[in-house]
Amino acid sequence: MPKLKSVEELEALRDQLHRELSASAKTSTTITVGMGTCGISAGAREVMRAILDELEERDVEARVTTVGCIGMCSKEPLVDIQQGDDPRVTYGNLKPKMVPRIVEEHLMNGQVVDDWVVGRIATGYEDIPFYNKQLRHVMRNCGMIDPKSIEEYIASGGYEALAKALTTMTPREIITEVKASGLRGRGGAGFPTGRKWESTLEAEGEVRYVVANGDEGDPGAFMNRSLMEGDPHAIIEGMIIGAYAIGAHEGFIYVRDEYPLAVKNLSLALEQAKEYGLLGESILGVDFDLDIRIVRGAGAFVCGESSALMQSIEGKVGEPRPKHYHATERGLWDQPTALNNVETWANVPLIINNGADWFASSGTEDSTGTKTFCLAGQITNTGFIEVPMGITLHEIVYDIGGGVPGNGEFKAIQTGGPSGGCIPADKLDLEVDYDSLLEAGSMMGSGGMIVMDNHTCMVDVARYFVDFLKDESCGKCSPCREGIRRMLEILTRVTEGDADMADLDLLETLGRTVQDASLCGLGKSAPNPVLSTLRYFRDEYEAHIKDKTCPAGVCRALIEYTINPEACTGCGLCQRDCPQDAISGERKGPHAIDQELCIKCGICQDVCRFDAVGVR
Amino acid sequence: MTVELERINEIIDCYSAERMHALAILEDIQREYNFLPRKALEQTAKRLGVTEGEIYRMATFFKSFSLHPKGEYVFKVCLGTACHVMGGPRILESLERELGIKAGETTPDGKFSLEAVRCLGACALGPVVVVNEEPYAHTTPDRAVKLVRSIAADEAEADGDGPPDETPSARSAADPSSALPSG
Repeated sequence: MPKLKSVEELEALRDQLHRELSASAKTSTTITVGMGTCGISAGAREVMRAILDELEERDVEARVTTVGCIGMCSKEPLVDIQQGDDPRVTYGNLKPKMVPRIVEEHLMNGQVVDDWVVGRIATGYEDIPFYNKQLRHVMRNCGMIDPKSIEEYIASGGYEALAKALTTMTPREIITEVKASGLRGRGGAGFPTGRKWESTLEAEGEVRYVVANGDEGDPGAFMNRSLMEGDPHAIIEGMIIGAYAIGAHEGFIYVRDEYPLAVKNLSLALEQAKEYGLLGESILGVDFDLDIRIVRGAGAFVCGESSALMQSIEGKVGEPRPKHYHATERGLWDQPTALNNVETWANVPLIINNGADWFASSGTEDSTGTKTFCLAGQITNTGFIEVPMGITLHEIVYDIGGGVPGNGEFKAIQTGGPSGGCIPADKLDLEVDYDSLLEAGSMMGSGGMIVMDNHTCMVDVARYFVDFLKDESCGKCSPCREGIRRMLEILTRVTEGDADMADLDLLETLGRTVQDASLCGLGKSAPNPVLSTLRYFRDEYEAHIKDKTCPAGVCRALIEYTINPEACTGCGLCQRDCPQDAISGERKGPHAIDQELCIKCGICQDVCRFDAVGVR
Repeated sequence: MTVELERINEIIDCYSAERMHALAILEDIQREYNFLPRKALEQTAKRLGVTEGEIYRMATFFKSFSLHPKGEYVFKVCLGTACHVMGGPRILESLERELGIKAGETTPDGKFSLEAVRCLGACALGPVVVVNEEPYAHTTPDRAVKLVRSIAADEAEADGDGPPDETPSARSAADPSSALPSG
């Protein structure tokens, strides 16, 4: 492909690609396999192989393509079939052995296999209940186009915003538009993006940089991964526009090492963009050069913090710096740097294409637009979602998420990762935006939402986060390094039933000190999970201390596994699998657990088919 | 595994010998050898013109790096929030019992390494275990143990003919065109 030398060439190519793709879609059958990390984990590769084999064996013609994550992770592996103008049919939870029936009935006989259909898309996503309350702007291409094909991205309107920005807008006009849109940083802190760019443009420096933060370190968050895997060009397009606006000629995308597929898709996208002349020298014939490189992180949570991330790009240890200067003034190599989350960058083409007013028409007054979240934990529809700001937590958990599965009872939703907090059931009417979440003692964070039910111990969760942060604190400043360790010690005592009530006051005092005195965002927000659980679930802490019980049945020092002799059939499964040989009993007679030997691994409860093993 | 200076130079030569590439170079060395050999760290420091101490500091700061060789099969048990809530810690314990090692260790025969990692980003399908970059969704302690046993059995069958190319499992029939880059 020769380089595109002008906007006209890009538009001509788009027309041609659009014609070709829609013509082939009209006349042929397209089978789309969801091949994000979620899909692959659930077995999408085996399903893909089965489809290819079956098509060959039955001599059926179809175009088989792969897409990134569409968001319905709980239904992976997902396969879509589109025939001409018919609605796009989505099959879910597929296994290789189900493929022959679909090929025979659907492809050969034109009969959709209704038993396995999770939805049909005729007019839009809204046709499927899971998507009904969603507003898919940033995710518009995820699961719809092949992320490995720049042609599909261009055909669906890709790089149109870039062409518009480069040829019809001045850098100042771009910044004004982004400011007017009200876009705030999607990494979680929510700083206005336009203002950030303006400061970078106005700061003195020899060179300027753009950086995309794809170091999604929050445990329980995978929106950025899904976006990087599913629509890498949208991030790149946003970065090129931003670089043009602030006058940068070099950019970096910092991606977690744990995301190999994101690195692969982004690398390919960068190569393609260079090949088409959308990166490199004289982009689209305009006097503007930009090069973007990928930097892989190496497993350090703190590198998601902006100054640590930039240290890491420079080839140093990723330790945060004191913020005497903002990155906009002295960022990478002490030069002005616009650093935004990958999702923030992916919003930029939308704003340029549709205008600031369109963008601000969704969301709330102070938190405009949409936000991607991911739902995980004890929730029926786990997945990757995008909703307008201002939606209530209740709508997310129940209308989109389908509530808590089985007989569990909703207890809390954790937002904002280790920097966030746990929000209880009576606060579910909270409207999700940057400010309301902060008021509730949590934060937006990058967008992980973990649902917890009555089988989750909130003290254990607080301890879990503090334990995580103990490992991830870089150790540079003492409030964070020492404070977190002391908090962990206290929380461990609580979970072991060795704490007293004065420890709770100490926890709160310590937490506030760590918040006030730490150097960077990691330490400043580290006590949030502890303080928010103390605020909303103090009774659970007190039960551990006063009654020496763990109401959720999680904390080992305070629980015992027992077998209900009435329910036990004496099948012997638990006896066979017990790693401690702690279970004994006559065959066909009730069994019992020797508490002296029991290590409370819970395997007996896992294997019991009669629900006879309980926790006390 | 012998560490050839020539190979290390080849890895470094994929980049310009500047400090900003230190992280990428160390990552490539880690991928090549499954750990960071001392000789490689020394050579990287020399070529990039930074002190050995600086390179050692990076090698010990970032959690992806190891100064000791890892096993042929690296089991990573996700302990991210969702996996924690869904029972990840119990999977880790059952693997510790099965392999007779603690998280962060390698079996004496060099076959298995066990690692506890914080979030692999497949939260919707937790608890997740990753074996040599191949993810397994909705794992249970029982299934994780069976996976170890099936690998060990296949290894015994291979009778020391060298390591197989892929993790032998029900999931090895991967489509090569979409395979994740292998470690």
